[in-house]
Amino acid sequence: MEQFLQQVLNGLAVGGIYALVALGYTMVYGVLKLINFAHGDLFTIGAYLGLTLLVSCNLSGLLPVPLAVLAVFIMVALLVALIGFLLERAAYRPLRHAGRLSAVVSALGASIFFQNAVMLLYGARVYVYPDFLRPDFTVHLFGMNVPGVRLLVIAASIMLMLGLWAFIQRTRIGAAIRAVAIDPGAAQLMGINVDRIISLVFLIGPGLGGAAGLMVGIYYGQIDFTMGWSYGLKAFTAAILGGIGNIPGAMLGGLLLGVIEALAAGYIAIAWKDAIAFLVLILILIIRPTGILGERTADKL
Amino acid sequence: MALLTLSGIRVRYGRVEVLHGIDLRVDEGEIVTILGANGAGKSTTLLSISGLVRPFAGEMLFDGKPLLKVPSHEVVGLGIAQSPEGRRVFGAMTVLENLRLGAFCIRDAARSERTLEWIFDLFPRLLERKEQLAGTLSGGEQQMLAIGRALMAEPRLLLLDEPSLGLAPLLVRSIFETVRAINERGVTVLLVEQNARAALRLATRGYVLEVGRVVMEDRAEALLANASIREAYLGG
Repeated sequence: MEQFLQQVLNGLAVGGIYALVALGYTMVYGVLKLINFAHGDLFTIGAYLGLTLLVSCNLSGLLPVPLAVLAVFIMVALLVALIGFLLERAAYRPLRHAGRLSAVVSALGASIFFQNAVMLLYGARVYVYPDFLRPDFTVHLFGMNVPGVRLLVIAASIMLMLGLWAFIQRTRIGAAIRAVAIDPGAAQLMGINVDRIISLVFLIGPGLGGAAGLMVGIYYGQIDFTMGWSYGLKAFTAAILGGIGNIPGAMLGGLLLGVIEALAAGYIAIAWKDAIAFLVLILILIIRPTGILGERTADKL
Repeated sequence: MALLTLSGIRVRYGRVEVLHGIDLRVDEGEIVTILGANGAGKSTTLLSISGLVRPFAGEMLFDGKPLLKVPSHEVVGLGIAQSPEGRRVFGAMTVLENLRLGAFCIRDAARSERTLEWIFDLFPRLLERKEQLAGTLSGGEQQMLAIGRALMAEPRLLLLDEPSLGLAPLLVRSIFETVRAINERGVTVLLVEQNARAALRLATRGYVLEVGRVVMEDRAEALLANASIREAYLGG
């Protein structure tokens, strides 16, 4: 029982990270019907920017560690949001009225560009987040000792998701984002500036993705320039699992995928966790081709 | 006093020209109807007024000011709202959310609340179903929602594209009566219809479109009495 609970918490932590990245895929898909293949690399950039700000700029020397981490968290989210905004302007907007395949090629190109840029700037080695950044307290929960950092990662991702959910559901701009995702033409008839909504989505998605990159750095302690590929693929899977284009779907898909992986690693074998995660994806897509919460057909992919 | 004038409006979809120079005028306070068969260019004309389709030639004035250079999302703010062909309500959103989006360009929340009450007076069905998802409404209710959503923008000019399409005759009558009530509140209406008889009974003037051209324009009573119109659009 204890192993089970530990693995579930483990899975929720990594699943929360998948979910944050998956939100970027699904929101962009929602408004543009485009898979932003560069999204995983924005996540990588978040992890590297976080390291640079924390260590090279010695922010943790200026501020107490928790405050420094919080400040960097916000700065990374804003900076990666800005990169996402510029990415849409440079790589996607000029191709808006070209064929869909052109935008996909542009997305793949942007992904390669970002990945190589990180490699050239930082070098092709693994970087380690310094240990002292990692909260090292443990919490006693249901008779178990749970690392505090795990609970913090879960809490941070859930808070970000709730915040996004409230924004999308309760505000006027959030309703405009949903309207553009449903019918951009009708949204224009309402007086909604579709270009501006698309820009906003390219701020929010990459912002969350960048923050997730920093969380991985702090949680696992290790980052490398290809991490965007593996996490990106998992997060993309999570978005499909929940129903691409569907915001609660991405949250649910991410958490579910994380928990399934952790249970597979704990009860079967670590080496099999990816295989089992994708097996679950295949099974769910056979039963529900539109994903768990998806409504529309998957023919757009 | 002309509220809207179109002169020589020409539109292409790809290489196919679908409007070959539309001239049209709507005066303040009128109900003007555009009649014509499928593919005559009626919906394209309305879409070009809302800026969703860009003419490559011609001029358009709204309230004396040029309209063609205005970005499409700003047209509604000038006072032109549209209930488009096929209704295009936001199916995954509630009736109330749809209506509130209609008022996206209105800054004055208190005024929007009063408009909302007026719309619920016009369409009590929408009030009953305000928390329901728009996609689960019947065709007639979706039509009411599309019209109500357009009215939330407090337009001076309301563009209605085939509000009677696919509705039962009784419902068509009630929708047309509502359009009259809307007009009596001072909203000018430009109505595209295939149901020519009902449209002409409601309208002050009418235009007849055939393959992208205006072939006839007259007062509604005159069009109703016109022999060739009777034959082509009113079933003899």
